[in-house]
Amino acid sequence: MRAGFVTKEVLNGLRRNITLTIAVVITVAISLSLLGVGLLANSQVRVMKDYWYDKIEVSIFLCGELSDSPTCSGGPVTVEQRAQIESDLKTLPIVANVYYESQSEAFTRFKERFKGTALVDNVTADQLPESYRVKLKDPKQFAIVQSAFSGRPGIESVQDQRTILDKFFKLLGVLRDGALAIGLISVVTAALLISNTLRIAAFNRRRETGVMRLVGASNFSIQLPFLLEGLISAIIGWGIATGILAALKSLVDARVAPLLTFTNFFGWADVWNASLLLLLTGLVVSAIASFLTLRKYLKV
Amino acid sequence: MIRCENVAKTYSKQDRPALDSVTLEVAKGEFVFLVGQSGSGKSTFLRLIIREERVTSGRMFVAGKDLSTLSQWKVPEFRRGIGTVFQDYRLLPNKTVSENVAFAMQIVGAAPKEIAREVPEVLELVGLDDYGHRMPAELSGGEQQRVAIARAFINKPQILIADEPTGNLDPTMSVGIMKLLDRINRTGTTVVMATHDDKIVDQMRKRVIELENGIVVRDQVRGIYGYSG
Repeated sequence: MRAGFVTKEVLNGLRRNITLTIAVVITVAISLSLLGVGLLANSQVRVMKDYWYDKIEVSIFLCGELSDSPTCSGGPVTVEQRAQIESDLKTLPIVANVYYESQSEAFTRFKERFKGTALVDNVTADQLPESYRVKLKDPKQFAIVQSAFSGRPGIESVQDQRTILDKFFKLLGVLRDGALAIGLISVVTAALLISNTLRIAAFNRRRETGVMRLVGASNFSIQLPFLLEGLISAIIGWGIATGILAALKSLVDARVAPLLTFTNFFGWADVWNASLLLLLTGLVVSAIASFLTLRKYLKV
Repeated sequence: MIRCENVAKTYSKQDRPALDSVTLEVAKGEFVFLVGQSGSGKSTFLRLIIREERVTSGRMFVAGKDLSTLSQWKVPEFRRGIGTVFQDYRLLPNKTVSENVAFAMQIVGAAPKEIAREVPEVLELVGLDDYGHRMPAELSGGEQQRVAIARAFINKPQILIADEPTGNLDPTMSVGIMKLLDRINRTGTTVVMATHDDKIVDQMRKRVIELENGIVVRDQVRGIYGYSG
């Protein structure tokens, strides 16, 4: 068949089924948007992880006067112990940098944090532990630091700030999975609607397809106009979905980002990546739905 | 052109075969009437010829192809060598006469130039020279059937299958259609026509094959309609 002939047949088909075409386009647009929101949520979680994990540290608290951990039975950390710990930390390849916080610095921070409470008056600098703030190249490698330092004489405890963040990210992860699940379910709905629409289209045009079969049209050329109709609807729906995601990104940049300064937000690259993935999803889902439906309803 | 060897067709969930032990041969260029009461197996026989149905047993050769072994994807190509005409014309109501005829050529990928040349020629052959731009609904039944014949003939098939082509037409129109089919037959096209029209059969004096309950009960050269049903 000639391209011009096929194009004419496809446009005719889309026009004759205009209400159904619109329904398919809207359903595809909505379901791909939902899936896109899920994908952007995924990007957002990743961006936040990068942002926060970049800032977290491992704290190594050294023994002070009040420490009661068994490793502190020898009294407060000695100068030699501290020098050893510091040089050990600096030779560890996974460590990005090390910062020493003295008792007076800890006290300053403490006062700032509990300003205006009775605690400030009851605590003196020598009651607070001195510590090393260790920044790791990869925050996930905390276990190495822990096994190397905890239990050593002069060290009271080794703490990882990641454990606090992990709870937060677990919650975000659940939200993201939920968004993706809703997106996927609505994509399945769109697939079913496409399949149903094609079934109706095949029924509406059984005269044409009957004549096509009689004059010896190949299976492929009978199915091609239907397949193209499904794909065109999917592509239009995808275009709308991409527009919605772009609008969402602009909205986040303009309205949300100025309010929530404690994190970065997903970038335009994430939007385009999501859009590309949505295009693939739309085309593949539409093609599969069409193929399965047409095989059943347009037999030779 | 058509050869049946002990052909039987049983539709599933049905005990009685629609066709049973049919053995016959139709030579190239022959004109054959297929007669018999409703349910005698005429339509089934025609459906087997265009491979709309598969034989249940036996062997069937049409236009040099063994239909019992012809693979599914080769069926469309096979059908391009066979023209089909039905009682209900089967024209596309939203296309003009020319477009309806051209459709058969577009489907097989003919060049637009070729289509523009052939369509008026065929319309002239069926006597509808000036009807190209008309819609099927504007035409009489006889004219619509001529369009259907033009469409069936435009790809120059070896065989023309006609399933009661005059079933909806009055006697005058029927005569016109039969003249047309005769002309097509004279170009060397094999014609197989199922019909209930005794006058036409008696007039044409062609080969008559009569089916009854799926069995060939008569195969007569220059036959007549022969039964009153």
